[in-house]
Amino acid sequence: MTRHLLSIDDVSVAEIRQLFETAAEMHDVQRREVKKLPALRGRTVINLFFEDSTRTRSSFEIAGKWLSADVINLSAKGSSTSKGESLRDTVLTVTAMGIDGLVIRHSASGAPEQVAGWVDIPVINAGDGMHEHPTQALLDAYTLTRRLGTLEGKHIAIVGDLTHSRVFRSNVKSLTKLGGRVTVVAPPTLMPSGVAHWSKEAGFGTSYDLDAVLPDVDAVMMLRVQKERMSGGFFPSPREYTVGYGLTRARLAALRPGTPILHPGPMNRGLEISPEAADAVDQSVILDQVSAGVAVRMAVLYHLLAGEEAAA
Amino acid sequence: MTANPDEPDARPDARPGLGPGDPAGDGRVVLDAGDIARALTRISHEILERNKGAEDLLLLGLQTRGVPLARRIAAKIAEVEGTAVATGSLDVTMYRDDLRNHPTRAPHKTDVPGGVDGKTVVLVDDVLYSGRTIRAALDALSDLGRPAVVRLAVLVDRGHRELPIRADHVGKNLPTARTERVRLRLVETDGEDEVRIVEA
Repeated sequence: MTRHLLSIDDVSVAEIRQLFETAAEMHDVQRREVKKLPALRGRTVINLFFEDSTRTRSSFEIAGKWLSADVINLSAKGSSTSKGESLRDTVLTVTAMGIDGLVIRHSASGAPEQVAGWVDIPVINAGDGMHEHPTQALLDAYTLTRRLGTLEGKHIAIVGDLTHSRVFRSNVKSLTKLGGRVTVVAPPTLMPSGVAHWSKEAGFGTSYDLDAVLPDVDAVMMLRVQKERMSGGFFPSPREYTVGYGLTRARLAALRPGTPILHPGPMNRGLEISPEAADAVDQSVILDQVSAGVAVRMAVLYHLLAGEEAAA
Repeated sequence: MTANPDEPDARPDARPGLGPGDPAGDGRVVLDAGDIARALTRISHEILERNKGAEDLLLLGLQTRGVPLARRIAAKIAEVEGTAVATGSLDVTMYRDDLRNHPTRAPHKTDVPGGVDGKTVVLVDDVLYSGRTIRAALDALSDLGRPAVVRLAVLVDRGHRELPIRADHVGKNLPTARTERVRLRLVETDGEDEVRIVEA
């Protein structure tokens, strides 16, 4: 297994499958009365979050605790970072305390990769700027694999603010790696620059027309439209975004019956996703994603921290 | 009795060691398919006798080769008693004390139908050696619930215990040297039934 998880590029298809196998067993632990495995007993993991997060941080915290690791959460607010300490000094300080693993979220793309170069313990990227969010992509692929049986040949649409989305960047890599066919859909203003060349190289499709794509997909992943983008001139009004790119009630009906709907959360109900779609029985897998998140992160922590290489 | 008639001393009770004409280093057969079947039949009867029937019995095979063995014992018990016996599987990967000495691997399935609370759990494993796997299994079991009784059945006990653990039901006591390896193959996992002693 890889030493760090900074990007989906760090894991091979075989390693992803091994992570999924492990996650499936971890999923069973979630249903037990005693939700505890001793695999990381005596190990300490620090969640270093320089950017707000509820679900990812608590998901990592639960995952670590269920594996019996000691988990400590540090957020930028109220830490020495707010007193002007550099990222490098913060990281070196916490690692000097003798911890065994670092989970890091940062608003700057590439920050976790830089951190990995400063320390000799495994570093897990929990989202960096507009770069990657590998555990989110893994849990999305895991959720879809459980739902669809395989991703081989499946057509998946990723819809929303692609320009600013690390979830999209990681997901394109993992879904295509596992044999899926990805089409990304966004208004022209939220389509990343250079996408024409990039999509050809990475092997995914692009579209500006959601209605043309939806009837053909095996799964649809809606991305969050961040509030701060609404006044940024990317689209005239929230209402107009919904009309063009929201998963409305009408578009829900255009999907083939049973097509799973994903959203990494937090959702803007009524903007990119209608309540009917978000709560669609047998179709919305949004809460499955959350529970899979814990299982997949347990698998990642286990494989990165429990074995021989980690002890070296 | 022995599956290898070319080696007269290759009997199950003989002191293990490499047979003479064995350049491939494949060791020698100490239990063949018939021996394994007879041992499992005896274990099945012992379990029934000890438990005074099949009530509240749960046969829990340790991954990987304990699982088919547990199923075979359950089938034998069903034959004798006419009632189905619950079987499950237990993976102890996460509970091993040597987890840090090896690269990690994905754990196998843990499946305990109906839970362990109040049951007579019989752990079933292929080879009992240091006892560390069983120690891990007992820990795993206590995370799953509180069985009324826990017993241990193994096909082969090769000695060299490192913990105060013993089996209640043993298919075959097999004195071995630490330098030797006991290689157990089962139809379900390896295509044939056979126990061999191989020089490491």
